[in-house]
Amino acid sequence: MHIVVCIKQVPDSSQIRVHPVTNTIMRQGVPAVVNPYDLFALEEALRLKDTYGAQVTVLCMGPPPAEAALRKAISFGADDAILVTDRAFAGSDTLATSFALASAIGQIGRNMAVDLVFCGKQTIDGDTAQVGPGIAKRLDLQLLTYVSQVDRVDTERREIVVQRRAEGGVQVLQTRLPCLITMLEGTNEMRFASQAGMFRAARHPVRVWDKAAAGIEDVAKIGLKGSPTVVSKVFAPQPKASKAEQIKCESNAPKDLAVTLIAKLFTQHPALESAISAGTTGSI
Amino acid sequence: MHEKFDTIVVGAGPAGNAAAYTLAKAGLSVLQIERGETPGSKNVQGAILYADALERIIPDFRDDAPLERYLIEQRGWLLDDEAYVGGNYRAEAFNRPPYNRYTIVRAQFDKWFSKKVQDAGGLVICETTVRELIFDGDRVAGVLTDREGGAIYADLVILADGVNSTLARKAGFHPELKPKDVALAVKETLFLAPEIIEPRFNVKGDEGVAIEMVGKITKGMIGTGFLYTNKESLTIGVGCMLSDFAAQKIPPYVMLEEMKAHPAIRPLLEGAEVKEYVAHLIPEGGYDAIPKLYGNGWMIAGDSAGLVNAVHREGSNLAMTSGRLAAETAIDLHAAGQPFSAANLAGYKQRLDDSFVMKDLKKYRRLPAALHRSPHFFTLYPELITLAAHQWVKVDGVDKKSKEREVRRAFAGRRGWLGMMGDAFRLWRAFE
Ligand SMILES: Cc1cc2nc3c(=O)[nH]c(=O)nc-3n(C[C@H](O)[C@H](O)[C@H](O)COP(=O)(O)OP(=O)(O)OC[C@H]3O[C@@H](n4cnc5c(N)ncnc54)[C@H](O)[C@@H]3O)c2cc1C
Ligand SMILES: Cc1cc2nc3c(=O)[nH]c(=O)nc-3n(C[C@H](O)[C@H](O)[C@H](O)COP(=O)(O)OP(=O)(O)OC[C@H]3O[C@@H](n4cnc5c(N)ncnc54)[C@H](O)[C@@H]3O)c2cc1C
Repeated sequence: MHIVVCIKQVPDSSQIRVHPVTNTIMRQGVPAVVNPYDLFALEEALRLKDTYGAQVTVLCMGPPPAEAALRKAISFGADDAILVTDRAFAGSDTLATSFALASAIGQIGRNMAVDLVFCGKQTIDGDTAQVGPGIAKRLDLQLLTYVSQVDRVDTERREIVVQRRAEGGVQVLQTRLPCLITMLEGTNEMRFASQAGMFRAARHPVRVWDKAAAGIEDVAKIGLKGSPTVVSKVFAPQPKASKAEQIKCESNAPKDLAVTLIAKLFTQHPALESAISAGTTGSI
Repeated sequence: MHEKFDTIVVGAGPAGNAAAYTLAKAGLSVLQIERGETPGSKNVQGAILYADALERIIPDFRDDAPLERYLIEQRGWLLDDEAYVGGNYRAEAFNRPPYNRYTIVRAQFDKWFSKKVQDAGGLVICETTVRELIFDGDRVAGVLTDREGGAIYADLVILADGVNSTLARKAGFHPELKPKDVALAVKETLFLAPEIIEPRFNVKGDEGVAIEMVGKITKGMIGTGFLYTNKESLTIGVGCMLSDFAAQKIPPYVMLEEMKAHPAIRPLLEGAEVKEYVAHLIPEGGYDAIPKLYGNGWMIAGDSAGLVNAVHREGSNLAMTSGRLAAETAIDLHAAGQPFSAANLAGYKQRLDDSFVMKDLKKYRRLPAALHRSPHFFTLYPELITLAAHQWVKVDGVDKKSKEREVRRAFAGRRGWLGMMGDAFRLWRAFE
């Protein structure tokens, strides 16, 4: 089985600051990390490798320092790493990014057919959750989003069964391979790399592909040219804070607390009271 | 099965990087282990870099090192509660390359240095903590990390793991640091646009200023404050002996906040936004607190060896120099086919003794005791000196002679001539 995991290197958003005047993100000195969502994708892929045996290739599009994200993936147990990097990719939006990644996955598949592609659900910097589905569409892969767990893969029968978090419950879905999975956060826990894994990562020759190596001929589909998204305005939301109000209550019994609170709500929102009493009979 | 190297360097601060780089460049196999996520991630502060020490390791470092500003002006301030008396030294000589001192942001600088180590052929592994040393008899034979399968062997281990080295303590190389031998420093990095920094500090382009401060800001404790200009941020901090903090029960961050509110300092910070706050220990026991520096299969360098010159606020240069000298000792032995025995590694101590590192530390060996005995340097004297300055400057119809008498009376009344002479003598001896 051959699994490709897409990982993105992102600025550590907990340390990001917004420029007070221009509202743009100040990246200087902000450490880069592996997009946290992608670690859930990687761990799930590594678990499949543990269970069924697999070749796990990690793929990242980004500037040269993004190599660090790939090395980290190697330390956890990925077998191979490819960094797709080229000045021509600068300014890519999700359309252009998914085009470039899909093309690179196509190239990866020429050596060893790809059965599964993993993505994180979304990134912490772009937050669109569009890249995974974009890749699936372009490569004509079955698409499974919001996956919380892979139950079973059958490479003979080309089948996969996963659990998908949906509103109000969990769906158990079965589909054909090859497929693309976007992995939900908090669903597994990344392993702690062994010392041998750390040595492997420190020594691993990360493969670096430019646009040609990634199989891209049409430069109109990548970078700024291939990105129809336009950022027309950036603004900071006005923080809104109203003073908290303390409500005094005679007794501590849950029933009395609830009644006092509801009475308060109804006095402040008379429309709510009438709407509720119109729809209900009996007393509260 | 187990990995084995010529040398293992623990820590990727200035000392560890200097050692690992020098070793790797000479062709020894080097493994460097750092517990932080990246080299420098644990050292997120602005600091002063002394070019000379680095030049002796990487002569052309100015080509690509992340340097913030070169210092063309040094200010020294004595602060009372609401006033300060100060001196500035600004020289065109500092405004000509090669520049002598720079401000740096350690997180970026350490990362750059580590890249040099890797380019020279050193293997660097981060996010890995060395738990303890592996012994073969009394010889250090390797390290044990916190990772599965973490036993790694080497002919030589260089400890550059920073102040209060747990490894050296665990191995019994030196005892626990005493609170009177260690300072606690807190500092903040504040974002400020270069267009504001430049006029405010009277600099342009990449020029910068450092201000060192003594006085009431440390509330009678032995310590100093400082403020440096970086490219687009300021570094401000204050440090005092840990024993004083413990005795006076003043939280360090409160001291820093009050210092930032001082009328002499507040205007310099106006409009700046806090980016980072760190607290860190500095070994300031001086010469007499230096532990054993080498043994069978091991050497110790930088802060972990207590090599800090508190008077001149120099640390990273002593760290880099000791790291380099440890490496050079090893390189020479390796080339001569000699083992890294305690007897052979004594050459490291000799090299340190011959360098500015030990000479400077020796020069100031009496200072900690002198300051402990005369806390007036940080309280009473700033008060008296600002009083004198005030009298001197203020024009109020009182004749100059009476003003002088007033000042003299204040000095004599508050400390007594005998006390002042004692203080002066101790200070002179300590600096002699
Ligand atoms: C309105 C807007 C404007 C933007 N403008 C610009 C701009 O001008 N210049 C610019 O450089 N960027 C810009 N971006 C960012 C850029 O479009 C996205 O970062 C990029 O296309 C990926 O989208 P995302 O981060 O939302 O990923 P998501 O779709 O949220 O990511 C889902 C998953 O896809 C995978 N993935 C995503 N990106 C990569 C990658 N690079 N390599 C490997 N795997 C990946 C990961 O597995 C990830 O978990 C903009 C984004 C938005 C929303
Ligand atoms: C507030 C403050 C301001 C200062 N300002 C200046 C200044 O302006 N100029 C100056 O020259 N000096 C200054 N110093 C002193 C200077 O920071 C130190 O002297 C210098 O950093 C010492 O370098 P080092 O390599 O010995 O230790 P460190 O820089 O502390 O590096 C030690 C490294 O070892 C790592 N480590 C520790 N234990 C382990 C372990 N068990 N396993 C793996 N890794 C480990 C740590 O993560 C760390 O990265 C200042 C210090 C402070 C606290």
